[in-house]
Amino acid sequence: MTIEVNPVQTPTRPPTVSGPLVTLNRTSERGVPRTKVVIKDLRFYYRNFEALKGINLELYDRRVTAFIGPSGCGKSTLLRILNRIYDLYPGQRSTGQVLIDGHDILAPGQDLNLLRARVGMVFQKPTPFPMSIYDNIAFGIRLYEQLSAQDLDARVEQALRRAALWDEVKDKLKQSGLSLSGGQQQRLCIARATAVKPEILLLDEPCSALDPLSTQRVEELIAELKSDYCIVIVTHNMQQAARSSDYTAFMYLGSLVEFDETEAIFTHPRERQTEDYITGRFG
Amino acid sequence: MTRYNRRRATNFMVLTLSLAATGLALLVLFLILGTLLANGIPALTPDTFTQTTPPPGSRGGVANAIYGSVVMTFVATLVGTPVGILCGTYLAEFGRGTALAPAVRFVNDILLSAPSIVIGLFVYEVIVVPMGHFSAWAGSIALAILVVPVVVRTTEDMLNLVPTGLREAAFALGTPEWKVVVMVTYRAAIQGMMTGVMLAVARIAGETAPLLFTALNNQFASTNMNGPMANLPVVIFQFAMSPYADWQRLAWGGALLITFTILILNIFARMLASWSGAAK
Repeated sequence: MTIEVNPVQTPTRPPTVSGPLVTLNRTSERGVPRTKVVIKDLRFYYRNFEALKGINLELYDRRVTAFIGPSGCGKSTLLRILNRIYDLYPGQRSTGQVLIDGHDILAPGQDLNLLRARVGMVFQKPTPFPMSIYDNIAFGIRLYEQLSAQDLDARVEQALRRAALWDEVKDKLKQSGLSLSGGQQQRLCIARATAVKPEILLLDEPCSALDPLSTQRVEELIAELKSDYCIVIVTHNMQQAARSSDYTAFMYLGSLVEFDETEAIFTHPRERQTEDYITGRFG
Repeated sequence: MTRYNRRRATNFMVLTLSLAATGLALLVLFLILGTLLANGIPALTPDTFTQTTPPPGSRGGVANAIYGSVVMTFVATLVGTPVGILCGTYLAEFGRGTALAPAVRFVNDILLSAPSIVIGLFVYEVIVVPMGHFSAWAGSIALAILVVPVVVRTTEDMLNLVPTGLREAAFALGTPEWKVVVMVTYRAAIQGMMTGVMLAVARIAGETAPLLFTALNNQFASTNMNGPMANLPVVIFQFAMSPYADWQRLAWGGALLITFTILILNIFARMLASWSGAAK
């Protein structure tokens, strides 16, 4: 699916370290996207090292946003703030605001378990739990919902069908999730994340451990899931960002260099650094 | 001499020395096992397993001592394992980043290497003396104190081997911490943790010193946990030191029994460990 690029370039100011919020006013063929997440002057510290230097960004509902940039630029860090998974580690902290539907998730008193139930995450390495395929999916559902066995079966099947995994596993639901291939394990993890019906889905290099065929299936899955979720994907694979995202944020050394519609980023980036990176001159 | 030849000569020397050291260690081990087999096998008769410890010069076995060892080891494991697993869980999961965890870990390491006779004396002072008599309970407690540090250490090590990604994945679903530990981390580490318990059992099965001050010994068959109880290590100790040939023979038989029980436990523990390794 291609995005119609408005031929008139809106002259937005390039974002700087603590610059203004980059807002996109252009509309795609599917109408105006609804803003789901607003990130304001977000800074992140690993002890005394400032890993994110004032990020301002918006993420849209029912769109895929890709974070690209060289290793160590902070794209995974940014992703890990959106569900506050970094909170598991002492010495990591953030300042600024991350508003999800207008509510600041960095504010004190935020219930992390409820937040993480709303913001699902899939990791680089497939991480099936050491339990059956069925229980891998049912685990998250049981945390927040009391369902009858029948309803639970239906939810598990639905999640596995959406992840295009049902036909491959329907006869071995009682087998360990670890018995699946790498690509299947990753789709199992995506099914597990979507089964709890989150609003936002974070994908941290979900295909970097997969072969091209499995990658293709996961990308098809992302395209399919887009109709329901706000999806954020971190990727090192430029083609993947170009193929599967609507918006792309290019980050470098802890700063957001450029954010725009994916097609714009890849055809006529405003920043020299962005152009150098996507054309492979550095990174 | 060229550098290459010098390196080859060094290599040859170090290799020879390590082989010799290995050979020496194995030789001693096989001498012990050989002596044990030569003296122990003739001592193993049906009587050994069915008769109680005899007075010198009469027919008998070590059935009551086998019973005592099994019961006290069982009770000690039952008491020590939950404490050890919970403490190990604290160190690996909940105590990360706290100031208390390193202190607990340090104390546990001291306990791990504490001479077992010290543990025996401690239990003698705090349980045997106030009770006024030796008892199988006191023996079980002394052994339980030996179980705890072993289980703490292996539990912590095994939980630390669980990939961070797995924990993060569980947290990322909005799972409360205790559920992450019980339903995900434990499941991933269970074989390793069981191996640790098995090793702890193997360790206490042959301990003599802590029992000498606590359960002591009993010439008769007794199932009373409140009184002294016979057990293999102390019976071996007493019978082997005695001047009576038939007692010495029984001591050899008992020693062979303990050694093989521990050997089997260790093999079983290794099988569990390699099985869990293959599952990952």
